[in-house]
Amino acid sequence: MAAALAHPASLLALHQTARTISATGVSGFDAVAGGLPEGAITEVFGAPSSGRTSLGLGLLASATQQGKVCAWIDIDDRFSPAAAEESGTRLNNVVWVRCRGNAGHGFKAADLLLHGGGFGLIVMDLCDVPRRVLQAVPLSYWYRFRRAVESTPTSFLVLSAEPQARSTATLLVETRRAGARFAGKPRFELLRSMDVELTARKPVRAGNGSLVCSAA
Amino acid sequence: MFAALHNPGNAEAEPALLALAQELTPLFEHTLPNTVVLDMEGFERLLGPPATMAAALDARARERALMLHIAVAANPDAAVQASLRFPGVTVVPAGEEARWLGPLEIERLPLTPEMLETLDRWGIRTFAEFAALPVLGIATRFGQDGVYLQKLARGEQPRPLVPWRPEFVFARRDELEHAIELLEPLLFVLGRQLSEICAELNSHGLATHEIHVTLGLDGGAEDKRTLRLPVPVAASAPLLKLVQLELEAHRPPAAILAIALEAIPVAPRRLQTGLFVPQAPEPAKLELTLRRIAKLVGEENVGTPSIPDTHRPGAFRMERAQRFETSAASPPQRLALALRVFRPPLRADVQSAEGMPVAVRAPGVRGKVVRRAGPWRTSGDWWRSDAWHRDEWDLGLSDGALYRVYWDERERAWFVEGRYD
Repeated sequence: MAAALAHPASLLALHQTARTISATGVSGFDAVAGGLPEGAITEVFGAPSSGRTSLGLGLLASATQQGKVCAWIDIDDRFSPAAAEESGTRLNNVVWVRCRGNAGHGFKAADLLLHGGGFGLIVMDLCDVPRRVLQAVPLSYWYRFRRAVESTPTSFLVLSAEPQARSTATLLVETRRAGARFAGKPRFELLRSMDVELTARKPVRAGNGSLVCSAA
Repeated sequence: MFAALHNPGNAEAEPALLALAQELTPLFEHTLPNTVVLDMEGFERLLGPPATMAAALDARARERALMLHIAVAANPDAAVQASLRFPGVTVVPAGEEARWLGPLEIERLPLTPEMLETLDRWGIRTFAEFAALPVLGIATRFGQDGVYLQKLARGEQPRPLVPWRPEFVFARRDELEHAIELLEPLLFVLGRQLSEICAELNSHGLATHEIHVTLGLDGGAEDKRTLRLPVPVAASAPLLKLVQLELEAHRPPAAILAIALEAIPVAPRRLQTGLFVPQAPEPAKLELTLRRIAKLVGEENVGTPSIPDTHRPGAFRMERAQRFETSAASPPQRLALALRVFRPPLRADVQSAEGMPVAVRAPGVRGKVVRRAGPWRTSGDWWRSDAWHRDEWDLGLSDGALYRVYWDERERAWFVEGRYD
């Protein structure tokens, strides 16, 4: 007890629970952290066209193929069912919530889905939400989400342009576009694929990875 | 011992026949229209031997002004056939069923048209002729169905009765002394009605997947609603919450004077879950969650997406989320490049040189083209007013992002369809 009082941080360790990390089959992502942590918030952030959505759809496809029921909270109505199916997603295992630009509705929907329980993966797409709107979101929302998800086998994935969940995120991955590949002769080229680099920002000891996102 | 009661009169007397059967025994079968079979096991002590028993039944029927054909036999089907064929009271002695049923026409058996045609070719016209055929031969030509029918013709086929049960109606109706204008007192009444209905459903081992709510409004009009659930439920709490969400989303147009509720009974859901099957949302809870979300974002904005059978770019349907596949399959082998779709597409101002875009300007999108791929021409639905015909380009802009831009030949304009991400 005296040691704990001398080092209060050691008390926090008592409350840290061992999380299950499920391999996703997305090799570049699994190389970063071993997979997607369950009962935790994972955040993937990056600039536009950096591969965030492709990675999110890849993780969605992996979860639905494992037989999990998933939800996609689409704040700005950017989700493409055709792209999801192209990535291998079982669309009938996905609940799609279209918020039509209303971030408040998206956060409430996330709260309802997290508390409803039973989902394998819940994705909240904040990529195109204006910064001023996200800055107005109280940090307590994220603590509430973490509290709701931590005792469940649900993975909560946030896609964004900048880190939003801050200290509540267990895994934070940055995406960066390394390049785009075009094929064909000049004037008659087609976009073939995009190379994406993944860098784990939290935990810092996690590794890096890379992905190739292929066009249809 | 079984007694068959057949009313050769009109069908309007059927309720009276059923009432008579209910009065005599709770265990009876409604075999055919105007025909019931009663299990008379144990009635010998009360009514005497079969002949006396049949006469007593006839007397009870006459008291109700029913002129019935009554037949008593050792098995239900022999009793039914005898009651259909012979008027008045008939007692078929045990062991003599084949002799009594023998003269009946073969068409009275539930034969398939093919079997009837075959027997007709063989010259078989009566039960007795069919019963006399060798069993092995019948089994070879008609299989087990033929053997079963031959036993029926011989009056040897024992079977348990399928007891008749009245159709249960799970409904409540309350007429109110004072009109209700607020949701809370309305829910109070609905909650009580639902509790009673669910208790009744549970007592019959049933559940419901559909609820009809009828509200009698001030002024004489009626407000009818139907709530459907993806799975049967027999608990009142989730049902009340569903009704509440429905009423909150669509308020009644006037004060309420009467409340009627009816639940459609179905067999309850039985599910065997495995230890290693991934978890899925509990259906009733998911329905409530989705209704709550629908209240926020609109019903058309929540559901499961599906892709219709068309090549039209961006086509999708939103369906009700209810059937999930929990079986595991192999994970996808490659990661697809995703397009973030702008809905509706952004009308763009595109500068071109030598037929190729060199700069793009649209709401939130602005830059010079640094890399381009295309054009990729698509068209379709030319026979419809909303046909499409466009040239697609994949453009890398100076803002660092990749976009899909297209020239719409019908609109004669450029649009940004989405951003690759």
